[in-house]
Amino acid sequence: MAYTPQLLELMKKVEETRPSRVGVNFPRMSQEERRDVLEKFHPDYIEDGFRKIKVGVDKGTRLPTEMADVFESWSRLRDVDLDLNAPPDYDVDVLIIGGGGAGASAALDAHAAGADVLIATKLRFGDANTMMAQGGIQAADKENDTPAIHYLDVMGGGRLENVPELARALVMDAPLVIKWLEDMGTMFDKKEDGTMITIHGGGTSRKRMHAARDYTGAEIMRTLRDEVINKGLTVIEFSPAVEVILDNEGRAAGAVLYNLETEQYQIARAKTVIIATGGSGRLHYRGFPTSNHYGATADGLVMGYRAGAKTIYADSIQYHPTGGAYPPQLLGLLVTEKTRGLGATPLNINGEQFVYHLETRDVESSAIIRECAERGLGVPLPTGITAVWLDSPLIELTHGEGTVERQLPAMMRQFQRFDVDIRKVPMLIYPTLHYQNGGLLIDENGHSSVENLYVAGEAAGGIHGTNRLMGNSLLDIIVFGRRAGRDAAAKSKDMPVPEKLNLDHLASYHRELEETGAADDRIGPILLPHYTHR
Amino acid sequence: MNDKIAMVDIFLMGKRYTVPETLTIIDAMEYAGYQLVRGCGCRAGFCGACATVYRMAGDYELKVGLACQTKVEDGMYLAQIPFFPGRKANFNLEDIKPSTAHFTQLYPEVYRCLGCSSCSKVCPQDIDVMQYIAYIQRGDFEKAADISFDCLMCGLCVSRCPANIVHYNAALTARRLYGRYIAKPDPFLVERAKAIEEGKLDAEIDELVAADDEKLQELYNTREIEK
Ligand SMILES: Cc1cc2nc3c(=O)[nH]c(=O)nc-3n(C[C@H](O)[C@H](O)[C@H](O)COP(=O)(O)OP(=O)(O)OC[C@H]3O[C@@H](n4cnc5c(N)ncnc54)[C@H](O)[C@@H]3O)c2cc1C
Ligand code: SF4
Ligand code: SF4
Ligand code: FES
Repeated sequence: MAYTPQLLELMKKVEETRPSRVGVNFPRMSQEERRDVLEKFHPDYIEDGFRKIKVGVDKGTRLPTEMADVFESWSRLRDVDLDLNAPPDYDVDVLIIGGGGAGASAALDAHAAGADVLIATKLRFGDANTMMAQGGIQAADKENDTPAIHYLDVMGGGRLENVPELARALVMDAPLVIKWLEDMGTMFDKKEDGTMITIHGGGTSRKRMHAARDYTGAEIMRTLRDEVINKGLTVIEFSPAVEVILDNEGRAAGAVLYNLETEQYQIARAKTVIIATGGSGRLHYRGFPTSNHYGATADGLVMGYRAGAKTIYADSIQYHPTGGAYPPQLLGLLVTEKTRGLGATPLNINGEQFVYHLETRDVESSAIIRECAERGLGVPLPTGITAVWLDSPLIELTHGEGTVERQLPAMMRQFQRFDVDIRKVPMLIYPTLHYQNGGLLIDENGHSSVENLYVAGEAAGGIHGTNRLMGNSLLDIIVFGRRAGRDAAAKSKDMPVPEKLNLDHLASYHRELEETGAADDRIGPILLPHYTHR
Repeated sequence: MNDKIAMVDIFLMGKRYTVPETLTIIDAMEYAGYQLVRGCGCRAGFCGACATVYRMAGDYELKVGLACQTKVEDGMYLAQIPFFPGRKANFNLEDIKPSTAHFTQLYPEVYRCLGCSSCSKVCPQDIDVMQYIAYIQRGDFEKAADISFDCLMCGLCVSRCPANIVHYNAALTARRLYGRYIAKPDPFLVERAKAIEEGKLDAEIDELVAADDEKLQELYNTREIEK
């Protein structure tokens, strides 16, 4: 058992109150209560975590400090001489930067539309946030549900700040995406007759969360990756893009790639470029631990922004209410929302529930922070931080023995590896930095504000307003990955090979940095986080 | 450094480093000063990037694990296997069926399993790997798909197989065959997809897209929630 004697003593309170909590629903907050807890406790509202960016197209816009730091940085190519107009190392119709779910979907549809495609990615193909998604993917494909009902959930969850056309595309394509994945052999959880098994997620008004056990993202990612390889598409791993190349009319025309192993630069020329580099959890905003994969360092935002792409809601960050807090090896690790979906509830040090267990993520996180910070009712941990309980043993009391093993095998295994049996003892959790709600602004086809430059997946913004609901991200990466892939392919068709490739935008960006003194000695994008100097 | 935390000695490719005992292997490598490029992906036990072999000082047994999911121990000698050159057979899913005849063409080596069970012994996901290979041999793709589902494609089984079987790729093919041909398609999904493609659901959504914020907020607040 990984819990210390002190923790085991505190745990008794949870056990004492448990019988009185089975089957009892804690009341949901009113709109006013929600607004109040958000404004007082959500990190997005704590002003000293932000600053206004001094350079670029969105000069004056508020960004999280750590993101502003990478935006206000010198290019890695500042002192590098490259002949951009020599015969390029790669020459394609559609260059896709990033081998996660958005990149793979874009590649498949661009290829299907007849384009010559290249994927350049930073780590291995599929080492990505997509691989880690456990909970599920939303789509309105039940008789009591429609894309319009889904739309209302998306907009309401996003505080009506979503770009309506993007939310519309998201929900209307959703059933088509599920069908596409099903046809590729993705193993969704189903009943005998083929009917998808769907459950609620935070903020859903219908049970529309599809899952593949609790490896939903992994199942989708490995299927997409297998299909990309089957189609013979070129994928270069350990070769992140470091800058977008433009042509003489300021249109995207390729990227400079950096081989992490040989430390050499290569030129990929392309008629269209799709940024699909995912999120930024590894920037550790406000020192929060993160659920994100090792490569989530906002590279695409930095490159795209320097090339002139506008951002939207880049200051809106999602903290997942249930990150692992103890044992220390699990710090930051995501405890899937499905755990709460199946009935596990958050409890304070007295074993009392203090918030409805399926509020939207921002509200749920803020309530947990409040319980620890303001009310002082968190559980103190030996590591010096405080946390709250998540009463996972409730799950089998409600749904019967075997439910955890069947529905949450990944979760159960991860805790078991560090000696915690979540069927028997409650977990210890605290919010973790999880998702970038905003990003680079796109239109319905994934096109950014720079000609021939597309963005898809977590790097894109506008779809979810300032709060994404669970299950809508796996959905968006495929919806907009495919849309961007198709549009980029179509556009490339009757386009000549780009000429006069250049990086002039970097020169002017650097000039701005010099004038404002904003960059200090920082270099970006950072590509890999540095954890070596603990 | 918190001096309450006990320190242990580990050996990264033979070289000794002293690290806090609470760390995972990945964290310990970074603590020791490595900037990881390979061998590190999700850091949470989902991607299979961090396969590691190790042995404890004084012991002969070679152990394996995921570097992000294994705590360091005193006297651990370890090395990562960041890449394994396993073969993948390419196929067009629409041209094959869940049949032994088709599978033999893709992965003939699967039928040469010696039954040594080395693969099952090393799997960090505790999958009975040999058993899913046996199910594939028997043409029981449903069972193979079911028990191989949690595979992270870390490659450790492949590194130990005397018959040169690439278990994880064979299993993935089995799962895709199951998902495509054996599991039934969702009947209503087909209908819904058709309705969307024919534009039958456009009117309803366009009305919402055109609605002002006040109206939307009201609809949202009063929406019916499925029990
Ligand atoms: C633990 C976890 C659980 C989640 N659970 C859910 C869920 O249940 N449901 C849901 O809908 N969403 C979930 N999400 C969110 C969702 O998984 C992600 O938002 C989504 O998968 C992002 O997909 P993507 O393709 O945009 O980015 P990713 O999948 O992260 O892929 C981006 C790829 O780009 C690569 N890359 C980065 N920089 C560069 C560069 N400079 N050059 C080249 N390549 C680069 C990365 O290495 C990576 O391979 C979860 C996220 C996490 C982290
Ligand atoms: S089956 Fe093989 S590849 Fe899959 S997780 Fe187990 S050891 Fe790794
Ligand atoms: S290691 Fe290879 S030969 Fe041995 S049981 Fe596994 S599949 Fe068969
Ligand atoms: S880094 Fe992904 S499984 Fe260990």
